[in-house]
Formats: sequence, structure tokens, C-alpha cells
Amino acid sequence: MSYSKEVIDHYENPRNVGSFSTKKKNVGTSLVGAPACGDVMKLQIKVNKHGVIEDACFKTYGCGSAIASSSLMTEWIKGKTLDQAKKIKNTKIVKKLNLPPVKIHCSILAEEAIKNAILDYNKKQKK
Amino acid sequence: MKTPIYLDYAATTPVDKNVVKVMLKYLTKNGNFGNAASRSHKFGWVAEEAVDIAREQISDLIKSDPKEIIFTSGATESINLAIKGIMKFYKNKGNHIITSATEHKAVLDTCRYLENEKCKVTYLIPKKNGIINIKDIIKNIKKNTILISIMHVNNETGIIQNIDKISKICNKKNIFFHVDATQSVGKIKINLKKTKIDLMSFSSHKIYGPKGIGALFIRKKPRIRISPQIHGGGHERGMRSGTLPVHQIVGMGEAFKIAKKNINKENLMLNKLRNLLWNKIKNIEEIYLNSDLKNTSPHILNVSFNYIEGESIIMALKDLAISSGSACTSSSLEPSYVLKAMGIKTELAHSSIRFSFGRFTKKKEIKYAIKIIHESVKKLRQLSPLWEMFKKGIDVEKINWKK
Repeated sequence: MSYSKEVIDHYENPRNVGSFSTKKKNVGTSLVGAPACGDVMKLQIKVNKHGVIEDACFKTYGCGSAIASSSLMTEWIKGKTLDQAKKIKNTKIVKKLNLPPVKIHCSILAEEAIKNAILDYNKKQKK
Repeated sequence: MKTPIYLDYAATTPVDKNVVKVMLKYLTKNGNFGNAASRSHKFGWVAEEAVDIAREQISDLIKSDPKEIIFTSGATESINLAIKGIMKFYKNKGNHIITSATEHKAVLDTCRYLENEKCKVTYLIPKKNGIINIKDIIKNIKKNTILISIMHVNNETGIIQNIDKISKICNKKNIFFHVDATQSVGKIKINLKKTKIDLMSFSSHKIYGPKGIGALFIRKKPRIRISPQIHGGGHERGMRSGTLPVHQIVGMGEAFKIAKKNINKENLMLNKLRNLLWNKIKNIEEIYLNSDLKNTSPHILNVSFNYIEGESIIMALKDLAISSGSACTSSSLEPSYVLKAMGIKTELAHSSIRFSFGRFTKKKEIKYAIKIIHESVKKLRQLSPLWEMFKKGIDVEKINWKK
């Protein structure tokens, strides 16, 4: 498949690869997708007391667009409030990365990943 | 060393320079451009003679009679002609076909088409090693079974089927036997005098000949009849009409001639290259071999790198022209149906890569491939959440994944 420059750039130089400790209260973690489907994304956010995502990281098993979508997502959410991050639509990722139609699924997964990470963070705060 | 390094010889091969030289003689005004069907002048006679020589060259490699060779546009047409041709001609004898789930789409889609035409098809599931169980064939033979179609060498895994044994069963039970030999011809010796196969399909571009030309072997004794699929001027003894592409046919003939001369030497060389690659990557953690080295054509090596996905490996190995067992690079995202039929887990099928080698592959290219495979697998695993879980001792399979 021929990809856009943006996908290849994110694939070759993925931003914010890594893991935070899931035990910390200010960390929200999500794990979406399934190995059998060929895509699994782990996305984590570190939230400060003002409700701002001060750091984010990811690990992704999947094709080039899955890796690029999650890498781009970590870049976008850093410095955003949880409410702002929640509003990021997959279509924005599709546009930015110029994803082919067959790979739109990857952007949906990235959107799901950020929503689930926020959900996990909120759940932890209530405890 | 020029990159990308071509390691996709199972997909297609470059045309041998000597093949091109011969082909050029049959195109222009100064050459022998005649129509092989023109019986009234020298141009036609020369062209016909060239076609006859090519038929002999092809027969030489597979030990058949030249009159048993019908030219087609490629293996796909050859397979269509064989399967549909038999089922239509002998429809009063029965309507049941036995084939395997790991065949090429040219066989599977032809069978699916025939299912709409009131044929019944049994798709055999191979054993874990990819081999069709002979007992399974025997078990599934019915009174109305008229055709068994099994490929010689699998295009994704390189696994070799025992066509000799299957042919004996077919002969005993009076069932026609068709073999798709697209990946095996020129790599593994075929002797149609010894092995009683009724129909065999070939392609030229897999063995350094031009694309757009192939052949079907149709046994003469006992005479096998087929219904033609293309109607017209009655070329190829009425079985495949259409003006013969003489330049492509002489190219195919030359390619088969070269293959015959080189088969032993090339087999040894391919074996060495394949073993070199495998021996230097087999120690990578969680690597799985999908080809049984003792029973695989030496030009193919299919492996799975667990916890990383096929397409991303291909992207990482951009200096290698390879293909994924998973169809991720096509419009479908489904992993390889061949590996899945062999019982390989979907996850591993998603992580599979086919390396295939050929006449022009160099040892230094394999050595470079080994180096970048190690680097890329390491890099992608650092990126893989599944690898992280595996390393932490979490059983990825026990997680309740939402699909």
C-alpha cells in the first residue's frame, strides 16, 4: 500500500512511544483492538490537577496507519484538557494522515483509545 | 548493492536476458512475425515451427509429448480451462470435485463459480504441516466425483503435495487429476511419463519467461477431452482459440529450456540461500516457521514474527521487496486463508512474511536482509503492546479482546 508522507514519517519516527505505570492515580490507560483483527493500541495519559493532559504515550501492534494514528493522537492530546481531547474526531486523523479508505478503521481505533483512556482516568479519580 | 532487494520471486520473476533475445526475433518486420495459423506462406510456416520448438522445450522439462501442450494466457486461464473444461465435457458422468482449502484463488474461485453451476465441491483441510491427508481424499471420493485438483507447490508456504500418491488414487478410481504446477515447474522435477496426471497448469513468468503466457498439459493416452472456454478459429486443436502470441510462446519455451539445464544447480543454490536466511533468523524470539523445510520448495520461506503485524514488518523492511502472507497489502485486511486452513492462529497469520528467492538472488543480499530483519523486529517489538505484555508474563490469549 502506498502511504502518505505523514504516515511514513510517524511510522519511522513514532512520537511518544512508551509506558506509564498503571498504578499511578493520575494515569489513564486504554487497550483497544484485538490481536486477531491485526490491530491493538495501548494509549496512556498523565493528567495534572487542572485536568490537563500533561503527557501521553502509546504502544501499537498493527499496520503502518495504526502506528501513525496512535502516534499522531499522542501529539495532539498533549496540553489539551480532557474535554478537548474527548472531542477529537477520527475524521481529523484521516485528513491529517491522508489515510486510504481501507485504513479508516485505524483512526477509529485511535479515537476509541483516547476516549477509553479518559474513562479509565475518571474511574480512578472516583475511587 | 541495489535496494530494494527483490525477494518476491514467487510473485513473479524478471525475464531472463536470453529469453528476451529470442523473443525479439519474433516481433518486427525484419523478424519472424508471421501468424502461426497462416498455412499458405513462409511467414506462417516459420512461426508455426517456432511454436512447435517451444512446445518441445516445454515438454522436455516435464517429460510429456509436445502434442499434449495447449497454450493459454497464463496459469489462471489454464486452470479455468482444465477445471471448467472437464466438468462441462463430462457432466453426464458426475458433478463432484475434490480440491483443497489451500489452493490458489484461480482454483478456488473457479470451483466457487462451478458451485453456482450445480457442481458440488469438497474443500479438504490439510494437516498441520500443510499436507493433504491421502486418507481424506479417499474418504471424500463419491460415485459422482469426476475431478481432483491439487496444487504441486503452495505459493505462500512452498509446501509440496504428494502428487505421485494422489495420482495413483485417481487412476485407480478413474477420476481425472488436475495439478496446478505454477510454483513447482523448473524448481522440482516433474515427470509426466512416470506420474499419471491428466491435466497440469503452467505459467511462464514464474520461471524467467514473459508474463501473459502459460500452458495446459492435457494427456493424450488415454485421451482426455475438455470443453473449450474460448471459441473462435479452432486454434490449439479447438481447445483454445485465439491467434498464438508467437513471441511469448518462444519466450516461454526458451525459459523452460534454461530451467531444464539449470534445475539441479539452481535447486542447490536456492536451498543454500533459504537455509542461510532461516538459520540466521531462527533464534529470534517468538519466530515461527510456516514452511516445513524438509518438504518445501527451496525458493520459498514463510515465517511469522509473533506480536508484530505483517504489513508493518514490510514497511520496516522497505529495502526488501517481500510480501505478507496476510493480504494486508491488498484491499482486504483478512490474514492468509492458506495459513488459517493449516490451523495457524489468526494472530500468527497476521504476522507472516513470505521471502522468495530466485536465479538472481545473491548471498550478500541475504546477509543484508538478515541484518535488517533483526533490527526491524527489535524496533517493532519495542513498539508493540503485545510484546510488552508477553515479556511481563501476561498471556495475551487469555485477555478478553473486544472484536
